[in-house]
Amino acid sequence: MNKKRKMYFRMITASLMRRRSRMLIALLAIAIGATILSGLVTIYYDVPRQMGAEFRNYGANMILVASEESFTLEDVDQSMSYIKQNELVGVTPYHYETVRIHELPVLAAAMDLEQVQKTSPYWNVDGDWAASDGELMIGKTIASDMQLGVGDSITVTWTPSAGDAEAETTAQNEDELILDNEMEMTITGIVETGGSEEDYVYMSLADMETLTGTVPDLDIAEVSVSASGADLENYKNAITDNVDAVNARLVKRVTASETTVLSKLQALVLLVTIIVLALTMITVATTMTAVVTERRKEIGLRKALGASDQSIRMEFLGEGLLLGGLGGILGSILGFAFAQAVSINVFSSSISFRPLLVPITIIVSVVVTGAACMIPVRSATDVDPALVLKGE
Amino acid sequence: MSLLELKNVSKIYGDLHALDDVSMKVEKGEWVAIMGPSGSGKSTMMNIIGCMDKPSLGEVLLDGVDIARESGKNLTTIRRDKIGLIFQQFHLVGYLTAVENVMLAQYYHSIPDEKEAMEALERVGLADRARHLPSQLSGGEQQRVCVARALINHPEIVLADEPTGNLDEANESIVVELFHKLHDEGTTLIVVTHDPEVAEVAQRTLVLRDGRLVKETVNDHFTGVIHYND
Repeated sequence: MNKKRKMYFRMITASLMRRRSRMLIALLAIAIGATILSGLVTIYYDVPRQMGAEFRNYGANMILVASEESFTLEDVDQSMSYIKQNELVGVTPYHYETVRIHELPVLAAAMDLEQVQKTSPYWNVDGDWAASDGELMIGKTIASDMQLGVGDSITVTWTPSAGDAEAETTAQNEDELILDNEMEMTITGIVETGGSEEDYVYMSLADMETLTGTVPDLDIAEVSVSASGADLENYKNAITDNVDAVNARLVKRVTASETTVLSKLQALVLLVTIIVLALTMITVATTMTAVVTERRKEIGLRKALGASDQSIRMEFLGEGLLLGGLGGILGSILGFAFAQAVSINVFSSSISFRPLLVPITIIVSVVVTGAACMIPVRSATDVDPALVLKGE
Repeated sequence: MSLLELKNVSKIYGDLHALDDVSMKVEKGEWVAIMGPSGSGKSTMMNIIGCMDKPSLGEVLLDGVDIARESGKNLTTIRRDKIGLIFQQFHLVGYLTAVENVMLAQYYHSIPDEKEAMEALERVGLADRARHLPSQLSGGEQQRVCVARALINHPEIVLADEPTGNLDEANESIVVELFHKLHDEGTTLIVVTHDPEVAEVAQRTLVLRDGRLVKETVNDHFTGVIHYND
């Protein structure tokens, strides 16, 4: 570094370090702006993830239906390979069958009882979730109609339909009709949703296989994906195009409202970010104007010593940019803390650190401070050096 | 050719003649004092000689160049290259140390050189105070830093505005002694002062009143003869 440049940095750093109390105010103004800016941008980019997680509480946002009659678990596995694993919240395959309890027909939904807790987290289960073989849950309406409660043992009866291959084979060989398959099951929980889910009984796919004697084909699969808008549409298309047995559909009432809310929320955050940016510029410009006004005598002296206007502009700009850089560094650290606090308080989850935001915050902070310094720095060169001689 | 020559210089603000048809010469290596009451035109003359203002009428020849015709940018260059300024209120940059204040003048003139700046402080007897901030120096010490700063670029003329105006007697003596030393080394000095004691140690004293040069005194310290030109 040549001597002239060395002196330039020596002057700038001396001005910042030895005039701490004054510069601290300017630094604070920039740091606060950078903090809010960095925090809001972090929130802006994290809102889809956070809101996506919130929206997943309202259930699946994609369903898989059979393109012809039915599909299998292998088709579901193949479909899920087109979705990023970190975005897949859960997938619940369903097989529906009519069974009888106390000789009354009811609709039974056989499913993956662990996955349904992820795809339908809004279900309120009075008792326990069915876990092992021989356990089932019943909807609140059925429980009420049949006077059933948690802990009751019931017999679930299934009658093969006329077209059922095994039943027909049995009838021909034995020359008699063995129509009913029965299974003793225990009620572990009553499902409350406030919707049509209360009209079903729920058991595992394995129990359904035991009851019917056949591996159940799937009628539908509910998929909960932590994505929205175009990403979700892309997943849907990829599955439909690549998995022959399956057609993927989006649950419009969920995805549409999610997209609307997200876009409005992001627009709001963006607007606030722009306003904060403008306010930061005004604050920094005001602070720098005060700094320049306070140093009119020094500027006059520098001019009296032979400083060119350009030289004085560069010195003040250098101070401003250094302040901007320091404010940016401080702001990116505090901004993450701010975003983290907002995320924990609003969304009840922590936010992920975005390293790219650090250089971006510093650059924006430096550019904003530089732009805010332009007006006061321009006026700095209007000082008449003769004023210094006169002692005014 | 004189180092500095003012030919019929006037500075007019509306009806006010801050300087009125002033002519004078300063030779190379000369020590000239300018005296006069407040409002006599001393500051206006200082500003014009110091390339911080232009006359309304007349010529100001500095080293043969009429600075009254130069642009503001050229005046800055001439001021930087040819003139060293000493102020009554010292005007040191508060957040720079003594040596950095001296280097500041080098920075705008050419290349800052800390060793050279230290030597300049040594000349004014402040080498041991080089790392102190102005607030840590006495008034006399600050003025000596100001002198070191004025001399660092080897100017053609050192222009001092009331250099002892803010100093006590002891520090005044130190500064006057410094001027003697500079004069002995061949430096051209123009000192504006209210203090007759400071004025009479100069070779020549010019008295301004109402913008006009009313008296010129030649103080011949070697012969003890004093000449008056009213």
